[in-house]
Amino acid sequence: MALADPLAAREHARAMAGTVVETMPILPPVAEDLPADVSHLDLLWEETIAGGGYASRKLARGTRLRLVDLKGDACASLLIFNAEMPTERLNVADTVKVQWNAYLGAGKLLLSDMGRVLMSIVEDTAETHDAFSGTSNAATNVAKYGEGRNSGAYPNGRDRLILGAAKHGLLRRDVHPCVNLFKGTRIEKDGAITPIVGPFEPGRQVLLRAEMDVIVVIANCPHVLDPREEYSVTPLRATAWKGAITPEDDPIRNATPEGLRAFLNVEDYFRR
Amino acid sequence: MNADPHISGLTGTIVHDEIVPARAPWLHHVKAGQTLRIVDLEGNQAVDFLIYSANDDAERYSAQDTVSAQGNLFLRTGTVLRSNEGRPMMTIVDTAVEYHDTIGGACSCESNTLRYGHHTKFQHACVDNFLEANLTEGRGKRDIVSNINFFMNVPVEEDGALGIVDGISAPGLTVDLRAEMDVIVVVSNCPQINNPCNAFNPTPVRMIVTE
Repeated sequence: MALADPLAAREHARAMAGTVVETMPILPPVAEDLPADVSHLDLLWEETIAGGGYASRKLARGTRLRLVDLKGDACASLLIFNAEMPTERLNVADTVKVQWNAYLGAGKLLLSDMGRVLMSIVEDTAETHDAFSGTSNAATNVAKYGEGRNSGAYPNGRDRLILGAAKHGLLRRDVHPCVNLFKGTRIEKDGAITPIVGPFEPGRQVLLRAEMDVIVVIANCPHVLDPREEYSVTPLRATAWKGAITPEDDPIRNATPEGLRAFLNVEDYFRR
Repeated sequence: MNADPHISGLTGTIVHDEIVPARAPWLHHVKAGQTLRIVDLEGNQAVDFLIYSANDDAERYSAQDTVSAQGNLFLRTGTVLRSNEGRPMMTIVDTAVEYHDTIGGACSCESNTLRYGHHTKFQHACVDNFLEANLTEGRGKRDIVSNINFFMNVPVEEDGALGIVDGISAPGLTVDLRAEMDVIVVVSNCPQINNPCNAFNPTPVRMIVTE
């Protein structure tokens, strides 16, 4: 292809406009399957994240984030930061310890290291999630797939999370332990970790509610304990819409005394 | 002369030997090849433990990489303590305790308000120890990640029920950690008084480094 001058290069670049692929953001966002009580005017984000890809986005308090495992083999490794003070971030240890339970699902809270709830899990049709294993890194992908670079065919989850966090000015030292949605683990009596990685039926969903202004970073890479030899991961759809701030009579807010205090701490933080 | 039971089995020369008071932080640089022994002097004293690479402190202990690599949540003799880059930082070369915890995290003033109520806000907590120690070397809150809790017991039941329960350590039990790279060890000798991690009574621990 000869593109010897800038105008020809411009023509060539502009000719790509309108190309539609499976994994891309839709701008402005369009989603045909919003819940009945959600106006399309409130739609904020519609993007399908490639297998091996990542995305990061700021979401305001009250925003709903729906993640859909489109083809049954996505793995959403998730980091969450307080958007206005990113030194506050998801704390997986506090998340399981404060809620006295190892497993994530509907009604569970994703807690920060400051005693506050960053996001809550409002709905969950997947029920296979993981707060323990973290994500792959360059070394694990080299061992499993031969290589794991961002620039190669088998990018690793950690390096994806680093890039996603970096887009918000964060650095390597900010990439903290993550949770994995859609791919699960079960903990055996002797501490053994049993991966539950499917593949599953298409279309499983998790609906999250931002309880603070947050930055979410999502990597969609194979689960680090996926036993399959092939790098197996399918696209992950993210849809977000505006929503009300959690009211005082919300059932998730009031479900446990520990969770209620996490909401009280959030409400105190926003008392300004 | 009575032999010191706490140095039993250690080979090499003792290059550092210190008692960390109850409730206090501790920071020490341990060189590759050196061994750090932690002595649970009075029994069931949680020792909250973080590791940073001395050459690049953005590389640090990762609970998730450690448990994934061995396919098991519990830290036992032979467990390799891995970094967020997947590299070995230290190895548990010997411990008389059946297993140690790395899912329970560190207590903080803030999480104490969730777990016990806002009346605990001004009780001393591990995260404050981690901060105090790390700040002396320019690390801050963003450098605090999921830690190890030596001598602490956090079982996970079949239905997922999880919690800090009575310890399985005893007075004089130890854990020996060989450094696989030059590391910075940051410890909080846990001051928690609201759960069984310290048998409701924080006590001193002893740190012995040999080479």
